[in-house]
Amino acid sequence: MSNLIEERYDVVVIGGGPAGIAAAIRATELGLKTILLENRDVLGGIPLQCVHPGFGLHYFKEDLTGTQFIHRFFERMERIGVEYITSAHVHSIEYRDYMEKVVNTITRKGVLRLYSKTIIYTVGARERTLFEIGVVGDRPDGIYTAGEAQTMMDIYGVLPGKDVVIIGSGDVGLIMARRFALEGARVKAVIEIMPYPGGLMRNVVQCLRDFNIPLLLSHAVISIAGKKRVEKVTVVKVDEGFRPIPGTEFEIACDTVVIAAGLRPNIDLLERLSIAIDPATGGPMVNELLETSIPGIFVAGNALVINDLADYVVEQGEKAAEGAKIFIENSGIPAEEWKPVKRGRNIRLAIPHYISGERSVTILARVAKPEQRVFVEVPEVGYKTFHMAVRPAEMIRLDLSKDALSKAEKSVTIEVKPIAYRA
Amino acid sequence: MHTELELTCILCPMSCTLKVSISDAGIDVRGNQCAKGVEYAKQEVTNPVRHVMTVVRVRGGDIPTVSLITSKPVPKNCIERVMEATAYVELEAPIELGQVVIKDVCGTSLVATRRVRKAT
Repeated sequence: MSNLIEERYDVVVIGGGPAGIAAAIRATELGLKTILLENRDVLGGIPLQCVHPGFGLHYFKEDLTGTQFIHRFFERMERIGVEYITSAHVHSIEYRDYMEKVVNTITRKGVLRLYSKTIIYTVGARERTLFEIGVVGDRPDGIYTAGEAQTMMDIYGVLPGKDVVIIGSGDVGLIMARRFALEGARVKAVIEIMPYPGGLMRNVVQCLRDFNIPLLLSHAVISIAGKKRVEKVTVVKVDEGFRPIPGTEFEIACDTVVIAAGLRPNIDLLERLSIAIDPATGGPMVNELLETSIPGIFVAGNALVINDLADYVVEQGEKAAEGAKIFIENSGIPAEEWKPVKRGRNIRLAIPHYISGERSVTILARVAKPEQRVFVEVPEVGYKTFHMAVRPAEMIRLDLSKDALSKAEKSVTIEVKPIAYRA
Repeated sequence: MHTELELTCILCPMSCTLKVSISDAGIDVRGNQCAKGVEYAKQEVTNPVRHVMTVVRVRGGDIPTVSLITSKPVPKNCIERVMEATAYVELEAPIELGQVVIKDVCGTSLVATRRVRKAT
């Protein structure tokens, strides 16, 4: 017995984390026929397992835990009546023509074939694995990604181990170091290959220093040993080129290794459509309404770029929903010309990649290396702001007005310049 | 007496670097980008406080744990006492957002930050 259900929508949102929920709420508010698809059995994505505060400062002007933050959106969803399905696995996306895409979805009720004018893709990121960071040796029990450890501890209430080494000092790694320490595990060390911490300084202070957890900068874990369970790791000092320095190896005994080596946008379904990808972000190239190179397919949240804050992710979801509305009303995003956003001095990445100059735009950028006392500039439009410090872990946010951007002729360039810089 | 030290403000992701100088005249704070930074620095050099977050088990819920946070920050040396008070607690679903789950620990209480519905 076949159970194929066909439905038509204006917007199909794929992924029920903060970006997708925000997109679905805004699209529904804008009067678009919208459905939100989530592959876990609960909505909420990663904030649902983030029990620490630091969420909402930007968006709600309040300091909330991840859980409190996402519940605010659950309440909005209920109030507005957003249609959604959980345990819905998107199998594939088909591009039929400009105004028709198909989202093939497997659900508990059967196979859905959703015809939609637009898609907002908000599936989030995936974690980098041991295989991507060159750790050799045994593969015993006791090796987790930080996100897995977080799900085990903060959704299921299970402590993954007692003596822990954390690889990577991004915010997730730092937050998990504190969670382990609070729950009575010993965090032997956090190992960071870069000469500076990957996460925010506030997290280095309150997650590591508060608990006397050593942070080893310019160090790498090169191998893991253990028969059934992790027994020890071998750590080595690295030089500026991240090459191990011979003779500096030492071992740390532990029963658990947590890999917090960063996130990558999860763009599997889009890659199969041969979408244009930015190697700097690992996510799709987008215009100011977060539309990808495929007309009517939008992307927001960590599937677009790895964000520092869930607040930014929510804004992107809302922006993509507004983009979907404009796309549907105009059979495409109206723009005279798409002008590239170029990366200048000390800018590693910038979102969006193209602007029209006809709308106000918020640009998010990340520096390549830390610097103190700098100007962030967009010379073409006369934008210049002073920053006490810029760090790779902290995104820079540039709010550029429509008026300012109308001055840009061919392109705009984001650049960071020390106060006394001479080109 | 005069002491100078550097702190990182932990109140928001800006992570301002605060230069604090402590003398008989009082505590002087520089480098803050908002007024909260001054309060933080003064608190941090006199009696540092932190929020404590954890989870406790829930029976019969749609999620097996509920997340908790202290309703106000506790002195750093109380963190362990708060954790001990939560270690063996087991609750019954449902639990509402903001519900007080544990009372009177180190002058504060622990409130639920996640809603747990009865499992269906």
